[in-house]
Amino acid sequence: MQVTGTVLTTRRVDAYHALTVVAPGIAERYRPGHFVSVAVGGAHTSMITRRALTVHDVKPDYGGTVELVFTVRGPGTAWLAERRARDTLDLVGPLGRPFPLPRDPVHCVLVGAEYGSAVLFPVADALMERGCRVDFLLGGASADRVFGAMRARRMAETTTLTTEDGSLGLRGKVADALPSVIADTRADAVYACGPMETLRAVTAVAIEFDIPVQVAVEESMACGIGVCMTCVIPVIGDDGATRMVRACAEGPVFRGERVRFEDVGTIPFDALGAPGGGARHAG
Amino acid sequence: MAVDMRTFLAHVELANPITTAAGCAASGRELAQFFDLHRLGALATRSITMAPRAGRPTPRMAETPSGMLNAVGLQGPGIDAFLERELPWLAQRGIRTIVSIGGGTVAEYSELARRLADAPGVTALEVNLSCPNIEDRGRVFAREGSAAAEVIASVRSIMRYDVPVVAKLAPDVADIVAVARACVDAGADALSMINNPLGMAIDTEALRPSLAAVTGGLSGPAVLPIAVRCVWQVHAALPGVPLIGVGGVMTGADAFQLILAGACAVGVGTALFHDPYACLRIERELEDLLQTRGFQRLADAVGLAHRPPGSAPRHLLVDSEESSP
Ligand SMILES: Cc1cc2nc3c(=O)[nH]c(=O)nc-3n(C[C@H](O)[C@H](O)[C@H](O)COP(=O)(O)OP(=O)(O)OC[C@H]3O[C@@H](n4cnc5c(N)ncnc54)[C@H](O)[C@@H]3O)c2cc1C
Ligand SMILES: Cc1cc2nc3c(=O)[nH]c(=O)nc-3n(C[C@H](O)[C@H](O)[C@H](O)COP(=O)(O)O)c2cc1C
Ligand code: FES
Repeated sequence: MQVTGTVLTTRRVDAYHALTVVAPGIAERYRPGHFVSVAVGGAHTSMITRRALTVHDVKPDYGGTVELVFTVRGPGTAWLAERRARDTLDLVGPLGRPFPLPRDPVHCVLVGAEYGSAVLFPVADALMERGCRVDFLLGGASADRVFGAMRARRMAETTTLTTEDGSLGLRGKVADALPSVIADTRADAVYACGPMETLRAVTAVAIEFDIPVQVAVEESMACGIGVCMTCVIPVIGDDGATRMVRACAEGPVFRGERVRFEDVGTIPFDALGAPGGGARHAG
Repeated sequence: MAVDMRTFLAHVELANPITTAAGCAASGRELAQFFDLHRLGALATRSITMAPRAGRPTPRMAETPSGMLNAVGLQGPGIDAFLERELPWLAQRGIRTIVSIGGGTVAEYSELARRLADAPGVTALEVNLSCPNIEDRGRVFAREGSAAAEVIASVRSIMRYDVPVVAKLAPDVADIVAVARACVDAGADALSMINNPLGMAIDTEALRPSLAAVTGGLSGPAVLPIAVRCVWQVHAALPGVPLIGVGGVMTGADAFQLILAGACAVGVGTALFHDPYACLRIERELEDLLQTRGFQRLADAVGLAHRPPGSAPRHLLVDSEESSP
């Protein structure tokens, strides 16, 4: 659904911006892993595509609020960073398929890189409600880009932090630290969100340990609602066939081992409908 | 008094002139989550091809000033899956459906028409001519009046007489009127314009083209003036031919421009990416505009901007008594 929300608060969290928006309809339907798309630039803007942002937090205040955490990348996120309390924001959501949750009280490692960590907190809440043990592994390029370390420490059994420059926690990337975290916590499952490269490495580790991994991917999106076909990645289906599936509608959450990370940005030759079939020259 | 928004695509009546643009509403189900598809004048499908197509590599889209580039490459399920799953879903609900087809040869277009000829639920057939012709060094059918005409003549001879065949034209051609005329002479019952003009963007950080396919189709408000120009020129030359105006329509006023230029229906594409309810909003805005300008019927506005200079401006009814609500 589409909601004109009102910005309640804005804050800086280290390198990130956080916006809390009153959006009752979206908050009510939200499940961990959902994202929203935000119109940027105001009424007569030249920016015609919405920006996809995951929801970090949902609260019941004022009928329901959602919190978005983002980094400034280009003009759209720069505009968002300038929003102030009482400004209005046009949101569509909740979108995408949320994280599936285990039936049994298992041990879960939640792996987040950069702002990808934001989506893991509602996941952690939902897992803990089911009696799961939750451990966090969060990373970023530098200390100010590791999101949510404090909150993770308060919630989780253990929290491991990594930075590429060594300014906080272990030096390196989250995937480097993951084997020992899985071993120490005897994890049964991994939940991950971050750049594609991180998800690829995290998935490889989970496969090594033979435990399931759920990843939330990020791919350039024009619509977020499944109509434009611009956000596709190669994913292996239940029947073993690879299809170019929409990250917005079939995802953004996928089973990691089903995503052909090495082939993202290509059409694998064995994908359904890949060039070589009958109509390869059309359009 | 409410404005009579009915319009005709050849002999087929649509309850209102607003349709989705081909390739911008996926299978229909996606938009149905937001609103009742019966409220559309018609839903246009993506361009259906013979075989399933995986499309182009990503990135497939880049935002550009007041527009975007796309290089989806007609990703879709192929005609078998379309006839099995997508068309019946629309037909069972009685949703007016313009089925778009795309092919690489005349034979392929013809085969698609044959497969669709007896399928229930095809309100009109739109032929996407912006596809490269395999048999002519990949030259796009729409760029060549004779190639476009060959496709249209074949498809027209196969489709049932009561299903209008619509030729969808590309704007980046030397003479769009010549292509339009060739299609009409070949039997097209209506024309749709414009498909995406070709564009390109370069990522100044990566120092490479922004799209994996290098070039892509430009859409959104940036192309509206091109669409208005094309509709204007073709309506001037072929005033009796029904036109679907497509390209950059974001508001009722944009749709009104295309109608005044000569379109009797209006397709909405990229606007849907921004606003899933765009078609309904645009329809409402258009109706309001017509009403405040004193029109009782949409049909009276079609092509009105062509009236000769110096002719009296249309007398508005706004201050006459009969128009007071
Ligand atoms: C499901 C999902 C969830 C996301 N969640 C977050 C989040 O919580 N916090 C955050 O900071 N960022 C998130 N992103 C990335 C965010 O969407 C982009 O950073 C943002 O769109 C960039 O917009 P811009 O105007 O600043 O940049 P520009 O580069 O100017 O954007 C141009 C166009 O490209 C698209 N685009 C560019 N980069 C991306 C990208 N990485 N992903 C999707 N579309 C892109 C934009 O939507 C826009 O249409 C998420 C992306 C997806 C797909
Ligand atoms: C993502 C995308 C996919 C499209 N796919 C098709 C298609 O399959 N067949 C077709 O005839 N046109 C296709 N088009 C062109 C549109 O139907 C339309 O002609 C064009 O985008 C201009 O209208 P707009 O500015 O309202 O989008 C596509 C456009 C976009 C943006
Ligand atoms: S972003 Fe449009 S289909 Fe996924």
